Amino acid sequence: MSEKPVYKKKDFISDQEVRWCPGCGDYAILSSIQMAMTKLGKKKEDIVFISGIGCSSRFPYYMNTYGLHTIHGRAPAVATGLKLTNPNLEVWVITGDGDGLSIGGNHLIHALRRNVNLNIVLFNNEIYGLTKGQYSPTSSVGTVTKSTPFGSIDEAFNPANLSIGAGATFFGRTLDTDPKHMMEICKQASEHPGVSMIEIFQNCVIFNDKVHDEYTNRKTRDETTVFLEHGKPLIFSKAKNKGIRLNGFTPEVVTIGENGVTEDDLLVHNEKDPTLPLIYTQFRGLGLPVPMGVFKKVELPVFEDAVVDQMDKVKEKKGAGKMSDLIMSGETWEVK
Amino acid sequence: MEKLESVVIRFSGDSGDGMQLTGTQFSNTSALMGNDLSTFPDFPAEIRAPQGTVAGVSGFQVNIGSSEVNTPGDEPDVLIAMNPAALKANIGSLKKGGTVIANIDAFTDSNFKKCGYDSNPLKTHDMETYKVIEANITSQTLEALKDSEIDNKSKGRCKNFYALGITYFMFGRDLEPTIKWVQEKFKKRPDLVDANVKALKAGRNYAETIETIVSNYEIPAAKISPGTYRHINGNTATAWGLMQAAEAADLKLFLGSYPITPASDILHELSRHKNFGIKTFQAEDEIAAISSSIGASFAGALSLTTSSGPGIALKGEALGLAMIYEIPLVIVNIQRGGPSTGLPTKTEQSDLNQAFHGRNGDCPLIIVAASRPSDCFHMAYEAARLTLEHMTPVMLLTDGYIANGAEPWKLPDLEKDYSKINSKVTTSSLEEDGSYLPYKRDEKLVRPWAIPGTPGHEHRLGGLEKEDITGNVCYDPENHLHMSKIRAKKVALVADNIPLQEIEGEDSGDLLVVSWGGTYGATHMAVRQLQKKGRKISLMHLKYINPLPKNVGDLLKKFKQILVPELNMGQMVDILNAKFKCDAIGYNKVMGLPFKISELVESMEGLMDGKGIQNPADFS
Repeated sequence: MSEKPVYKKKDFISDQEVRWCPGCGDYAILSSIQMAMTKLGKKKEDIVFISGIGCSSRFPYYMNTYGLHTIHGRAPAVATGLKLTNPNLEVWVITGDGDGLSIGGNHLIHALRRNVNLNIVLFNNEIYGLTKGQYSPTSSVGTVTKSTPFGSIDEAFNPANLSIGAGATFFGRTLDTDPKHMMEICKQASEHPGVSMIEIFQNCVIFNDKVHDEYTNRKTRDETTVFLEHGKPLIFSKAKNKGIRLNGFTPEVVTIGENGVTEDDLLVHNEKDPTLPLIYTQFRGLGLPVPMGVFKKVELPVFEDAVVDQMDKVKEKKGAGKMSDLIMSGETWEVK
Repeated sequence: MEKLESVVIRFSGDSGDGMQLTGTQFSNTSALMGNDLSTFPDFPAEIRAPQGTVAGVSGFQVNIGSSEVNTPGDEPDVLIAMNPAALKANIGSLKKGGTVIANIDAFTDSNFKKCGYDSNPLKTHDMETYKVIEANITSQTLEALKDSEIDNKSKGRCKNFYALGITYFMFGRDLEPTIKWVQEKFKKRPDLVDANVKALKAGRNYAETIETIVSNYEIPAAKISPGTYRHINGNTATAWGLMQAAEAADLKLFLGSYPITPASDILHELSRHKNFGIKTFQAEDEIAAISSSIGASFAGALSLTTSSGPGIALKGEALGLAMIYEIPLVIVNIQRGGPSTGLPTKTEQSDLNQAFHGRNGDCPLIIVAASRPSDCFHMAYEAARLTLEHMTPVMLLTDGYIANGAEPWKLPDLEKDYSKINSKVTTSSLEEDGSYLPYKRDEKLVRPWAIPGTPGHEHRLGGLEKEDITGNVCYDPENHLHMSKIRAKKVALVADNIPLQEIEGEDSGDLLVVSWGGTYGATHMAVRQLQKKGRKISLMHLKYINPLPKNVGDLLKKFKQILVPELNMGQMVDILNAKFKCDAIGYNKVMGLPFKISELVESMEGLMDGKGIQNPADFS
């Protein structure tokens, strides 16, 4: 490996006109990821962006790297084949809540279970945008859309819980309104050997405007979100005086300095812990502040590396295969 | 000793009786003795269907000959029936005057009931046209093994070798190859080696002692063209053909696949050869299988996906993607009886229309088809060659019959005939201004193949319509028309890169038989029979299906009548009539079974004699 390449953000901007709606959260994500690419130390020609179908899936066209715009839901499967063939590539999968969790749910969970070294970015806007506004598998019950004029009835997926349940070795969550945090999560995801799942709360300005407003709005966000940092207690609020404490397995909000609560009583984030990440996934449902940052980061064998490793072992034992030997193997006979 | 030109034997029993193994041993031994042969395994979809029922019958038919053999034979001369169900399932196809070797230990009242016989079928008038040998195969096996240390259940399992021993005596087969095989197979279990060899010899000795009943036949070695031979079945040959292509193109082979009958054996075979640098990926579903192959192809592998009709249906959308990307990809369809789940273990050729049209939009693929088990090697290689040289997906059609059927294969000269494929991989296709144009084409309309990792060639491919040359997304009406024509013409131009169609027989006459794919053995034998009788009949067997060889249209014009036998309701016949307006007539059968030579001869003669033909699939 030669020295690390030096890039500017503009090196990753393709010559294609970006065609998302004005005000779409995707612009901020594109900009952050282009910026993140300059910090990875990876060569441009070794980076591939792969997407499915949907608004977010136009992403690869706008990145001046290798890229594939595939078909609806299949990006993780395409990326798996690509990564198996050339494990050296830095592969990013761009998907949305419809693409990744509905039509492509099967491929997503299997990519996570196999621990393919992919960075999967889920743009979660809780709506189908490209098809003009139907409810999605992450829409809250009661969401009124064209296909659910009386409100949606079915329960939503919890992407964090689903991903961790499927075996994601890295899960992080970030916001389209926080470029710095987004970039940091992307960088960590890229550095993580194995599959990295990133959920971005993304705003669809046309069909589901302000769906994440509670967590992105300056007025409320300090009280509604908690930023996770490995080894540090879970503290939030503008005054930095509120925290999360575990009561048995149940998390609860406490105020530091009240009822004898000190920082030492608070839950300390450990991204290697087998249980904590699953508890974080329940915060929202329990009315607690929504966690942002890296929930989980553990190292397990990486699929494509294990494939290569097994291949090398067989080669070592049997020697490199040759067709002229193979066709002569087993029983053959001469006819004169 | 009676000399036979050929003999057809069918081993038949419960699906747990080891009939596939028995048939394979008989075939391998015969090949080593210089016979030409062809085999046809025929087994139920269920791994262990209810014991003793007709549904659970597993059969293995082998045709061995002292001259050219191209099919497993129409009607068995000898039927080994391990139980009454096996008799019931097969007696209808046994040749009149043929021999039945029945394991009468299994001919009990309870077994009669299981397969719907009221009483012992061997004692009925229907059996009078056959030679019946009643053998106590189960009890004699147990008796022969009474001193063996193995448990009774394992002893019972040796009965197939006892039956094999009987046939080895009848047809003068050498015991040694099978004994060697048993010794190798049970290297770590000398007790099992001993038991199986004892059962084999006991069967042989039994047959010898009742010589008055069992005739002793000889099938002299066939006159086969000199060379080194091995046994091969279609699925192994397909796998090897693709492996050879990867070596010839100096690319790594990637298979994305999902288990499905009868295609899984290709996945199994390629998974064995990791030391060839092959990567096999058992995906979560059919769509992921082809999608992973598309990713692998973008990354620069010789990429393939294998399946059967239902799986191909699921892959349709991704096939369109590979086609509009213009990347190399081999799709193998081992056809089986359809529609829907259909007849998973039975053969058919009914996915031809699917191969032509089974995608949205105007989406032509190159289509090729293998004609017999060993030809799968050649056509798989050809599929890979064409996809790599033309940068568009190729579908290879085989079927359950040739995929599982085996025959001797004269080993090809790999260095001479299968050593060089020029892929379009490029590392230096930059314009003067430093840009890379992914859809800039050569004179054959083929685009370059720059793979990730190549500096300066970064580009994006998409399923959206693209502008020619640059590949940029483009919805312009003129451009879509232009690109649709380019993609169609690109496939049509492949006709310059495939051999001209050959004809077996004179290139004009009364009747031209046009067949394609896995029916070659039967159509070839039927036409040859009639040619020997002096009839003006020729065979055109198609292996390059889309595009067709350039001379097909001219050849069709030179015959008074055209007959197209197919194992479907009439798909190729429609294609030929639509394309060439040639008034071809179909002979179509969809019964899960291959053609019989005799039925083809009858239909061909009928047509030539002006009597017309009875098409089994005619529903008018």
